[in-house]
Amino acid sequence: MMTVEELRKIKEETLKHMESKLYKLDKEKIGQKATNRHVLICGGPGCYSSNVEEIKERFVEKIAEKGLENVEVSISGCFGLCESGPNIEIYPDGTFYSRIKIEDVDEIVEKHLCQNEIVERLLNEDAKKEDKILPVHQVDFYKKQEKIALRNCGIIDYNSIEEYIALDGYHALAKVLTEMDRGEVIEVMKKSNLRGRGGAGFPTGRKWETAYKYEADKKYVICNADEGDPGAFMDRSILEGDPHSVLEGMAICGYAVGSDQGYIYIRAEYPVAVKRLRTAIKQAREKGLLGKNILGTGFNFDIELRLGAGAFVCGEGTALMESIEGRRGMPRPKVERTAHKGLWGKPTIINNVETFANVAPIILKGADWFRSIGTEDSPGTKVFALGGKVKNTGLVEVPMGTTLREIIFDIGGGTVGGKKFKAVQTGGPSGGCIPEEFLDTPVDFASLSKIGSIMGSGGMIVLDESDCMVDIARFFLDFTVDESCGKCVPCREGTKRMLEILERITEGEGTPEDLDRLESLAEIITSSSLCGLGQTAANPVVSTLKYFREEYEAHVYEKRCPAGSCQALLQYFITDKCIGCTKCARNCPVSAISGKVKEKHVIDTETCIKCGACMEACPVGAIIKK
Amino acid sequence: MANIIINGKGYQVEDGITILEACNRLGIDIPTLCHDERLEPYAACRLCVVEIKGKGKLETSCSTKVRDGMEIETHSERVIRARKEILDLLFSNHPNDCLTCEKSGECKLQDYCYEYGIVEGTYIGEKKNYPLDESNPFYTFDPNKCILCGKCVRVCSELQGTNAIGLKDRGFDTKVSTPFDMGLATSKCVSCGNCVAVCPVGALMPKKRERYRAWEVRRVKTTCSYCGVGCQMYLLVKGDKVVGVEPAKSRPNNGLLCVKGRFGYNFINHPDRLKTPLIKRNGKFEEATWEEAYDLIVSKINEIKGKYGPDAFAGLTSARCTNEENYLFQKMFRALIGTNNVDHCARL
Repeated sequence: MMTVEELRKIKEETLKHMESKLYKLDKEKIGQKATNRHVLICGGPGCYSSNVEEIKERFVEKIAEKGLENVEVSISGCFGLCESGPNIEIYPDGTFYSRIKIEDVDEIVEKHLCQNEIVERLLNEDAKKEDKILPVHQVDFYKKQEKIALRNCGIIDYNSIEEYIALDGYHALAKVLTEMDRGEVIEVMKKSNLRGRGGAGFPTGRKWETAYKYEADKKYVICNADEGDPGAFMDRSILEGDPHSVLEGMAICGYAVGSDQGYIYIRAEYPVAVKRLRTAIKQAREKGLLGKNILGTGFNFDIELRLGAGAFVCGEGTALMESIEGRRGMPRPKVERTAHKGLWGKPTIINNVETFANVAPIILKGADWFRSIGTEDSPGTKVFALGGKVKNTGLVEVPMGTTLREIIFDIGGGTVGGKKFKAVQTGGPSGGCIPEEFLDTPVDFASLSKIGSIMGSGGMIVLDESDCMVDIARFFLDFTVDESCGKCVPCREGTKRMLEILERITEGEGTPEDLDRLESLAEIITSSSLCGLGQTAANPVVSTLKYFREEYEAHVYEKRCPAGSCQALLQYFITDKCIGCTKCARNCPVSAISGKVKEKHVIDTETCIKCGACMEACPVGAIIKK
Repeated sequence: MANIIINGKGYQVEDGITILEACNRLGIDIPTLCHDERLEPYAACRLCVVEIKGKGKLETSCSTKVRDGMEIETHSERVIRARKEILDLLFSNHPNDCLTCEKSGECKLQDYCYEYGIVEGTYIGEKKNYPLDESNPFYTFDPNKCILCGKCVRVCSELQGTNAIGLKDRGFDTKVSTPFDMGLATSKCVSCGNCVAVCPVGALMPKKRERYRAWEVRRVKTTCSYCGVGCQMYLLVKGDKVVGVEPAKSRPNNGLLCVKGRFGYNFINHPDRLKTPLIKRNGKFEEATWEEAYDLIVSKINEIKGKYGPDAFAGLTSARCTNEENYLFQKMFRALIGTNNVDHCARL
């Protein structure tokens, strides 16, 4: 059994080995001398799949070969800038290398580590400005970010409980167990006004209080790690990069509400996160930070994993509990509150990964500190997975209230290839598309819902002028139809009919009545579906109909796709640029192109199957589609 | 007690009951396809939605408890519009064959479409198209008529405890099915027919020997004669012929039956069925009256008892008798004949 004293000792011991990489937290110190050097390799989802384990091994080998001392190499959680991965940072100087291949390692060791000479060709493209080399924290992508949930991601080694403890890990648990009674913990959480990061934004403290006040022989704490929005990987990054932060948050919740058993419901499609969580739980048990009589205080709390079998709907609280109980993952009606009668009929708290990751800092630094970040209504930060047609795709954490424009343009670097920004989709399949006119909207729970979208779990997909909004709505509906559990009629039958209408419109077969149909269906699906999945399923359609109705109308009335994206409505043409090289005609699989050598060719649009082979073959870009 | 307002009128109802229960007690009709008071609330068909003042979305009355001060609209314009849309969606994915459907006349979907004026399913698109499961000897499952109310699955698991059927796949492709979709014959199904009894549409139908329409039969309440439980049921009588059985929702069976009671009625009209006692004369059974039969039994008992004593008798009674009949039988053996040699088939 560990004591609080031993916890502090581990912290002190471990900090000694972490010196230079801690400069990442203490930006003033970057560039100053340190007793050691650190090569930090990003082990986030994207980078990890680009063989960073091999890159690390090569670093270790090469450093040994060169006889360098006091250089530590470690893989840590996600740095965030997935676009340019695999990423590497070297401390104490904070040099930021990107797109590193195993062949580049020798050069970095030889030049950077041996001769203190920066390898300019491998620097991140934004780490160089007017011949000046910028340390990582001055790169635009990171400047406006503020990290609470991701505080340890990209610094600590995710396999090391000691490094987590060194950065005050499990100190919040120690504090609540030794200095606070349960009611005080609830009060701090209520005062912090931490709102659920899974999407709905319900105040965490109030939720905990409901379970805390309800007497029962058994209570449960569940961490919802069934992250399933297309393109979202916030929770995954936290679980993979800093698993202990979630375990600690759950244990604190367990203490506050009076529970001794936690479950993490995680999708089986996250094998790396599952593996790292298993390791973390094992370590915490060995150290006596989970299990019986934690820190000698008599408090018992243990955590088990439950793996989801691949259904998006199991991210919905009641379906999640059904699944844990061993039944088909389908939502059940909430006759009673989950905090009163949840898992196996017992009081249950379900919070999302990011919510739990916020708990320990709030306990340590206080509710006032937390409220000083973000907005009055939505304090703290929010993690977003920035994707789509944006330059810097990746993971960002910003204070609530940051505007969409700041996130997309200042941090995200704007759209790619000079294309015009069109909209941003937030909240995944439950969210909506926000047009350019609302780019200055601050990102918080109330503001986003006011403009027809939702915060959601944090997916943010940028769309440019080449994206057809009808097709985007169709894409999200297709996802929902696929993921509907099939229990209630509006969702099972209604979303399917909505999708069929959208498919007809994108194929040029839509009628004016279809637009009215979409609106009436949306109303019924939203107002009468059983669970959140159905109740929000129509949002992508409603928001695009509201802000981009003219695009729908162009498809329906003019049989035209203004974005030039819907294949069925496009036609290929050869412009005057044609040099008559005959390449297009030779590549056309249906012989729809005719023309003499050195003369302009013509496409027979009746025969054309719109495969695009001619366009690819044309050496002068003379073929266009419209 | 809770004071609530339904459709502008004040009522006092018991605390802790659902809005649907309250409305049922007050005689306010709310449509539902998936609700059964014997089962856990399911809230899937969404037809029972009502408007509650102060709530943005519609709430299902089957799963929402009444609260003091609640103001409920059961037939507001918004509610009616939602119900119509739900029925339209269901009907759009349902065969439009009421003319020949066996369930016609007692189909809830048909009733509600009539009540809410749904003439046809207006959504054109994919429709279910599955093969029928006719592998069970007593009933047929037509997945194309199934509206996925889930009652069959829940009765099988919550009340019957057999768990033979479940839901397969999800979303639009959801289907009531047996493990690995191998058909009812290979499943754990015990053919109790309780799924058939709760199916609101024509998806689960008994295999009929006689064709009849719901309005052509009389329902005669009786006690099942197969065992001593005394299940209550209705015989469906067309003309002078029993053509089917339905469970009665009263004690002791509360709407449930077993395979024998539910499907074992064909003996009633069978030509081999004994309708009078038979007495063997000259090596051949001949029809006799009850008086003749009793006289013969009494005289034989007396004769054997006088010659060999009471212990020459042994009595074995049947599980098809009621408790009262079994009691009388042992009484007859012990007190009248004077032997303890009496037993019952259920003990073997």
